[in-house]
Amino acid sequence: MSKYLKSTAMLAALALAAAPAAAEKLGLGRTALPEEIAAWNLDVHPDGSGLPVGSGDAIDGEEIFAQQCAVCHGDFAEGIGNWPKLAGGKDTLDREDPLKTVGSYWPYLSTAFDYIRRSMPYGNAGTLTDDEVYAIVAYILYSNDLVEDDFVLSNESFLEVEMPNADGFFVDDRAETEYSQWSSGEPCMENCKDEEVEVTMRAMVLDVTPQEETDDIVPATEAKAEAVEEVAEEEEAVREEVVEAEFDAALAADGEKVFRKCKACHQVGDGAKNRVGPMLNGIIGHPAGAVDGFKYSNALQDAADGGLVWSEEELAAFLAKPKDYLNGTKMSFAGLRKEEDQAAVIEYLKSFEQ
Amino acid sequence: MTDKTSRRNFLASSFAAGAAVTVARGAQAATPDPLITQVQPWAQGFGEGVDATPYGLPIRFEDDVIRRNVEWLTADTISSVNFTPIHALDGTITPQGCAFERHHSGAIELKKEDYRLMINGLVDTPLVFTYADLERFPRENHVYFCECAANTGMEWAGAQLNGAQFTHGMIHNMEYTGVPLRTLLEEAGLNTAGDLKDKWIFVEGADASSNGRSIPMEKALDDCLIAFKANGEALRKEHGYPVRLVVPGWEGNMWIKWIRRIEVTDTPVESREETSKYTDTMEDGSSRKWTWAMDAKSVVTSPSPQAPITHGSGPLVISGLAWSGRGAITRVEVSKDGGMTWETARLAKPGEKMALTRFYLDTDWDGSEMMLQSRAMDDTGYIQPTKAQLREVRGLNSIYHNNCIQTWLVRSNGEAENVEVS
Repeated sequence: MSKYLKSTAMLAALALAAAPAAAEKLGLGRTALPEEIAAWNLDVHPDGSGLPVGSGDAIDGEEIFAQQCAVCHGDFAEGIGNWPKLAGGKDTLDREDPLKTVGSYWPYLSTAFDYIRRSMPYGNAGTLTDDEVYAIVAYILYSNDLVEDDFVLSNESFLEVEMPNADGFFVDDRAETEYSQWSSGEPCMENCKDEEVEVTMRAMVLDVTPQEETDDIVPATEAKAEAVEEVAEEEEAVREEVVEAEFDAALAADGEKVFRKCKACHQVGDGAKNRVGPMLNGIIGHPAGAVDGFKYSNALQDAADGGLVWSEEELAAFLAKPKDYLNGTKMSFAGLRKEEDQAAVIEYLKSFEQ
Repeated sequence: MTDKTSRRNFLASSFAAGAAVTVARGAQAATPDPLITQVQPWAQGFGEGVDATPYGLPIRFEDDVIRRNVEWLTADTISSVNFTPIHALDGTITPQGCAFERHHSGAIELKKEDYRLMINGLVDTPLVFTYADLERFPRENHVYFCECAANTGMEWAGAQLNGAQFTHGMIHNMEYTGVPLRTLLEEAGLNTAGDLKDKWIFVEGADASSNGRSIPMEKALDDCLIAFKANGEALRKEHGYPVRLVVPGWEGNMWIKWIRRIEVTDTPVESREETSKYTDTMEDGSSRKWTWAMDAKSVVTSPSPQAPITHGSGPLVISGLAWSGRGAITRVEVSKDGGMTWETARLAKPGEKMALTRFYLDTDWDGSEMMLQSRAMDDTGYIQPTKAQLREVRGLNSIYHNNCIQTWLVRSNGEAENVEVS
């Protein structure tokens, strides 16, 4: 570090010559008020400094987690699809494809509290109370077998929790382990390998690169674009007929806000694709389980085979409590309790036709 | 024939060919070219008037030069990354419109009028600046690359993605205009902080992810910039409009977008982004942390899988990019035989500290298969390692900071593929 400081000092001296001199204060800006600092300064440090007063246990946490987190992270914090897994992975860090979770990898519990309070739930950040954050963190610890379900996590008990990988990190040592080896003067220019060089692995065998028609000659892509436009125009016409029925734009606008809860898994609108959940263009009035390329749960597939159509009524019933409506659905969303939220999101979905 | 490929020989031989008339010239035209002999529409009528496009985009013939995403990498585009089309660019400055994006909770819209920057913590006077305040501080201009620590990360275990855009496109290089972070910290006053040697700053953004990172005070006072312009114009939304942090040479995750707060602290916060992510797990399961600097690296951008050779044998420009987060590029070599022999490439301009350097190898391709590689050296004497060298130290479970030598297998038909070699 001292070497670093020296170069900093030199740079600073140079900067005086090359850059505008700014040693004197300009008196710009204004003093930050304590309330403003309190609103933004949410850091929680590994020693627990910055923790707000509060508490929660895993029993409460389980319920909150199911409501707020399970849609992406799974009921047991095991993660759904590509969404982060928060539990498991014990003793995997030195194996192939280690599973890095809060329990197996995170060195400090403060990190979980800090991050969840600031940035979760995804799409609705900063809405949890401090007690809810404590409860969720307690539930994540419980899911990792690190505390009992009745353990009350609070600003006072926080440092009692031992994180399994607390000692698993060391400060960047590349200067010793790498730079010293790979700064060896003149690089080799000839006969640099002992044996003839052979290809040992090819990307095309894996075939995971996004494909497209970049090599197409221009007229072809133009024709394609025109075709798409034509289809779009036809759709426009159809859409007008269908939607004209009774469409409440104000209600749909409310629904757009409600839909934030759904967005983590569902897409709508231009270019909507299947994600954790199917894309939802044209879902209202359409047969269930019929979005191309989406793998539905057996439960939903059975219901679809039985002729289920997503009428407004059926969808509202499903959204109210998905798991009660359809036992075995993959949709791990707790549900929209308020009828006005159900109605609003349905109205919003009406504005996206197939 | 192989020794014909050094630049000097190439220039000499092409000069000789020119002097000796048409021996090496391409095919003779059998019939006159109608593009020349017939009056073309663009030569007859008008083009567009001046105001047809008040802010211009590239001409439609270039509409494949765009950022691209690899969908299977992430759960959701809101927290994801896309890639700069480096295979199709030249020079060193990345146009903002195709410079890669990495968001943790989406690219937010934040007006200059709504922008506030707070400095708090161990400072003499905690301050709040508006955007207008920032424009009244003396400002500087610097060109720097910004590389995601995960650039080339998908290639650790083996050759995966078939294109320089995907293997090396989490990088851009822009000319930033901004106020040195040092100026703002001094405006708030650092006497309260006492000995600055062991102090830190914690920086966070205004978006929902906040993406907080801890940075040692030495770096903060050295060369970090509070930037509000890139390549002469306002930052793009996706790069942190109206104001982002620039941390020259260090991993892109630290370049906080929409920066809203700088706190002077005694200790690092150990945020999510510097513990659970952006740490490097070794073979024994222990992990390096605080691996901030981006080591010297290079890649051939053309020819490459998305930029095959389409002209057959003869004169060929091999081109690529080199950079180092620890200094300036001093030298780049190119190998056509998978690293057995190397030729020194020509740097388009002398390397600049923590900025992209463009290199060229002007060569004469005999049409035979090539295993193309490039190898960068920086002014610390560091030589870009092979993947095998990196794996020897770090094992196979690492993700970030993969700066290995890349190999493109170029076939005799000009097509190229991402491969690993022995």
